[in-house]
Amino acid sequence: MKKFFLVALVLVLILCVPAAFPVFALDGAAVVNSGDTAWVLISSALVLLMTPALAFFYGGMVRRKNMLSILMQCFIVMSVLSIQWVLFGYSLSFAPGKGFWGGLGWAGLNGVGLEPYADYAGTIPHQAFMIFQAMFAIITPALIIGAFAERMKFSSFVVFTVLWATFVYDPMCHWVWGIGGWLRNMGALDFAGGTVVHINAGIAALATALVIGKRKNLDSNTPAPHNLPFIVLGTGLLWFGWFGFNAGSALAANGIAVNAFVVTNTAAAAAGLSWALLEWLRNGKPTMFGVASGAVAGLVAITPAAGFVSVIPAILIGILVSIFCYTAVSVIKPKFGYDDSLDAFGVHCIGGIWGALATGLFASKAVNPAGANGLFFGNPQQFLIQLATVLICAAYAFAVTFIIYKIVDKVMGVRVSEKEELIGLDLTQHRERAYTVLE
Amino acid sequence: MKLIIAIIQPYKLEEVKEELYKAEVNLITVSEVLGHGRQKGVTEVYRGAKETGNLLRKVRLEIAVNENFVEPTIKAIIKGAKTGETGDGKIFVIDLKECIRIRTEERGFTAIG
Repeated sequence: MKKFFLVALVLVLILCVPAAFPVFALDGAAVVNSGDTAWVLISSALVLLMTPALAFFYGGMVRRKNMLSILMQCFIVMSVLSIQWVLFGYSLSFAPGKGFWGGLGWAGLNGVGLEPYADYAGTIPHQAFMIFQAMFAIITPALIIGAFAERMKFSSFVVFTVLWATFVYDPMCHWVWGIGGWLRNMGALDFAGGTVVHINAGIAALATALVIGKRKNLDSNTPAPHNLPFIVLGTGLLWFGWFGFNAGSALAANGIAVNAFVVTNTAAAAAGLSWALLEWLRNGKPTMFGVASGAVAGLVAITPAAGFVSVIPAILIGILVSIFCYTAVSVIKPKFGYDDSLDAFGVHCIGGIWGALATGLFASKAVNPAGANGLFFGNPQQFLIQLATVLICAAYAFAVTFIIYKIVDKVMGVRVSEKEELIGLDLTQHRERAYTVLE
Repeated sequence: MKLIIAIIQPYKLEEVKEELYKAEVNLITVSEVLGHGRQKGVTEVYRGAKETGNLLRKVRLEIAVNENFVEPTIKAIIKGAKTGETGDGKIFVIDLKECIRIRTEERGFTAIG
């Protein structure tokens, strides 16, 4: 009896050994690097901060009767999409597969464990990669808010956002970044999400701005931003968080991350400066709002290029993006008369397109051997791949956004009533107001 | 000369302004005020606690006019601000003793326009 007990104990112990050392025992290549993991976790937190930052960036631009509606939309996106992502969003986006989506094999994070998944990032736990990507999935739909600000029903917004994340963001994420994604296999370069995040959200912004229509009383009363310091606070926090967005996309604490960090800062600086100079030339005075807009445009443009270009191209990317975005916002928008209220299209789509194309011009294998050379480094093919990717993504995002909008509009109505719009979304959608008059 | 003071719903300001411009009344002072009306207004809720009977936000207009503009001004305000619901506001008309334009030191009739 005693002997049997001893044998059983030994057997149990032997069975426990592989369970205790699952990673290292089974796969010698997959070793977690503590420096890489720390950097990716910090970067994830930095990218998360960008959504509240965006809330203040956008919130400062609206009239004060709509301040809370913007903050609320951004925060509910954080709540809803964090859940969507772990339940099925991550699986649709990143589970290996050649299909429209990645499939549901990783739904509920099934099989997404603490050991590395080498095809995405070989030195950090798979869940670290997953949570880093979650923050991108959160901020992308939040960017669209700028297009329909001050006039969308809250309930419809939540439904629209979940559908958009599932049918626009997740598939596109899979095509560009997922194992088996067809744009990835075509050779498209998108370091940190110029296409997946900014063109995607920017073109969705244009589609929604066109179908939802202009805000009331726009001709007689152009609404001034209700709080410029909030815009600047938001910009500062976005710039800060963007280091996680771009440098974190190296998925390791290495030279590529440092390159991304340096060019990100440089491009934002160049773009802020060039927007200020443009205003100086055209309107006689540089404005705070202008520098903030320029900095954000610069950050957008450098996003797809951050891991592939060096510092001088980053300056050029920054200087030029302000010229393109400034033209989109202050010349093209008034001319066509669409009400992209907070310029989500004008900054994110235009800036994103320029960034994606600039990657095809300035990318260099000297910066990142895993990347490709661009047009100016003897590889015009890359520019064409970038151009094709931009067109495919823009067309897909525009069409599907339009369809989702129409479905939500049919079922529950997207726009608030005229009276609700005039009273403001804070009181009519949330029964709260941001500011008091007297105590 | 009369001083017309109107208390209106904040969201009606744009329409009232438009009506006033149509009536060629261009000189107005606007301020944000709080007041108790008879209506409950839009109730606010903070973390589940209902705030009722609080002061409601209103907009106050002050318009100084010569006699021939009194009725057109009143009509314009009503046209812009009236919804038929409680809370539309009130208009007060007060005799105005004097009006002086600081820049020119003009007084009375010419100073108002």
